[in-house]
Amino acid sequence: MAGELFNLTLKEASDKLRSKEVSSRELTQSVLDRIAAVDDKVKAFVTVTAEQALAQADEMDKILAKGEATSPLAGIPINLKDVLSTKGIRTTCSSKMLENFVPVYDATVVERLRQAGTVLVGKTNMDEFAMGSSTENSRFFTTHNPWDLDTVPGGSSGGSSAAVAAGMGFLSLGSDTGGSIRQPASLCGVVGLKPTYGRVSRYGLIAFASSLDQVGPFTRDVTDSALVMNAIAGFDSRDSTSIDQPIPDYTKALNPDIKGMRLALPKEYFVEGMDPGVERTIRTAVAKLQELGAVVEEVSMPHTKYALSTYYIIAPSEASANLARYDGVKYGYSDAQAPNLIEGYFRTRDEAFGSEVKRRIMIGTYALSSGYYDAYYLKAQKVRTLIKADFDKVFETFDAIISPTSPTVAFKIGEKAADPLAMYLSDVCTIPANMAGIPGISIPGGFSDGLPVGLQILGPALGEEKVLQIAYAYEQATEWHKQRPPLS
Amino acid sequence: MKLEREVVDNVAVLARLGLDDNEKERMREELAPILDYFEMLGELETSHIPPTAQVITIQNLMRPDEARPSLSPEDVLANAPGREDSSFRVRPVFGGQ
Repeated sequence: MAGELFNLTLKEASDKLRSKEVSSRELTQSVLDRIAAVDDKVKAFVTVTAEQALAQADEMDKILAKGEATSPLAGIPINLKDVLSTKGIRTTCSSKMLENFVPVYDATVVERLRQAGTVLVGKTNMDEFAMGSSTENSRFFTTHNPWDLDTVPGGSSGGSSAAVAAGMGFLSLGSDTGGSIRQPASLCGVVGLKPTYGRVSRYGLIAFASSLDQVGPFTRDVTDSALVMNAIAGFDSRDSTSIDQPIPDYTKALNPDIKGMRLALPKEYFVEGMDPGVERTIRTAVAKLQELGAVVEEVSMPHTKYALSTYYIIAPSEASANLARYDGVKYGYSDAQAPNLIEGYFRTRDEAFGSEVKRRIMIGTYALSSGYYDAYYLKAQKVRTLIKADFDKVFETFDAIISPTSPTVAFKIGEKAADPLAMYLSDVCTIPANMAGIPGISIPGGFSDGLPVGLQILGPALGEEKVLQIAYAYEQATEWHKQRPPLS
Repeated sequence: MKLEREVVDNVAVLARLGLDDNEKERMREELAPILDYFEMLGELETSHIPPTAQVITIQNLMRPDEARPSLSPEDVLANAPGREDSSFRVRPVFGGQ
């Protein structure tokens, strides 16, 4: 029985801690044992902090014994995508550039999870600087999908989704710029929530595309997602894009009654080239929501097809500016041989960035360069206005939007690695929400060919409660979230 | 479209990326279809559409201009590839070809 602790949900583990059925040390040991048993196959972790985790767990057991722990997250072993700064713990972004970088401060979300009493067991693998959809762009190694080790876990937060799916932590935080939480959650059969832009602090999140980046949780069910949001959401004066509005108790949104709720099904999200199995699964899920009393109507969001182009101009443009900070002077990799300052920039950046990062810096620099700015960057920002207007219009008469999270199930490692454009298409259903800054969740919606299919629910800005409620209603009526990958 | 080599050369200089010949040729081949894909945005008439730089309504967030604690010099320099006393050490700016 003790060996199965790692498979509990966060809420179940938390309840067992409160009733003294288990200790934080037992939970933590169970997760560390699971990492030792399966992570040589899954390869979800860049860094495992076993000793610190056990010491932290012992500390939490003392606090729990005194009844002084207030958060339901107290004593819970977690992991974090290696894009979030952790004081004193190496934070690499899975890049050679930051291979030995040890942050001197915690990200706000890390600070909040520490204050809640969580136990950090490690940092997870990702596509370098969060650029990618498969973790194949990690400069260290590729993470494997626990459902089929020959396939990718999705990305860029693939280490986080694989870790949560495989029982190597009850919670992970990732970042989502164009789908990097929802797409890997979909491919690994877990719950991934991207909150409204500005709802969760980005202070200490290593920047990719600052007008799109948002931090959010990976969990095994929707209840856990709400519990984590209670801990991480809210205003932060250190993030100038943080929204200063009160935070609700997200668990209060977990009401399975969705009778009469109006859900929009945008026909443009059922794209050409979509797996027929994914489409079938999503249509079945939609029928289930109707059975629960929701009113589903097909809608058209005519600018959806332009979202991918818009994204692949805006995100690389912002990335090319953000990644200018890697100069080999302040921190990170530095070429030791360069004879002068400028040659040092050229060599440092050539040696330490991987090919996808270089590609995006090149696209972004091109799009922002003199003579091309109006045709690319400004044009994309204008189209972004049209994409956002599509959402505003739908939310005038609908509570939420339902769609597949990704057009395919997990694909084979190597299958799309040689074709950047084919890889970019993995994010076609998730990118529009980032352009509009709205919240979205991916929840287990069934299986196709034995692999998980994610159901995406998008809500209006600050509509996390509605998104969580619909997700919860679907989850309560199905058993998909209880499935665990057949890893031994 | 065909991406001229000199465009790739120029963008690499702007981005301070020291790509070698092989990498530049590969970029030329890989970026062309991506830029072609962007052409679809030309289908949309946008002359009267305002651009969206970001989606939240916060414009400028001001705070009082008061002294407050910041990182110590030791922390700031903790990850520096090169340092001298409490400064970053950089390579010579001039010369040294």
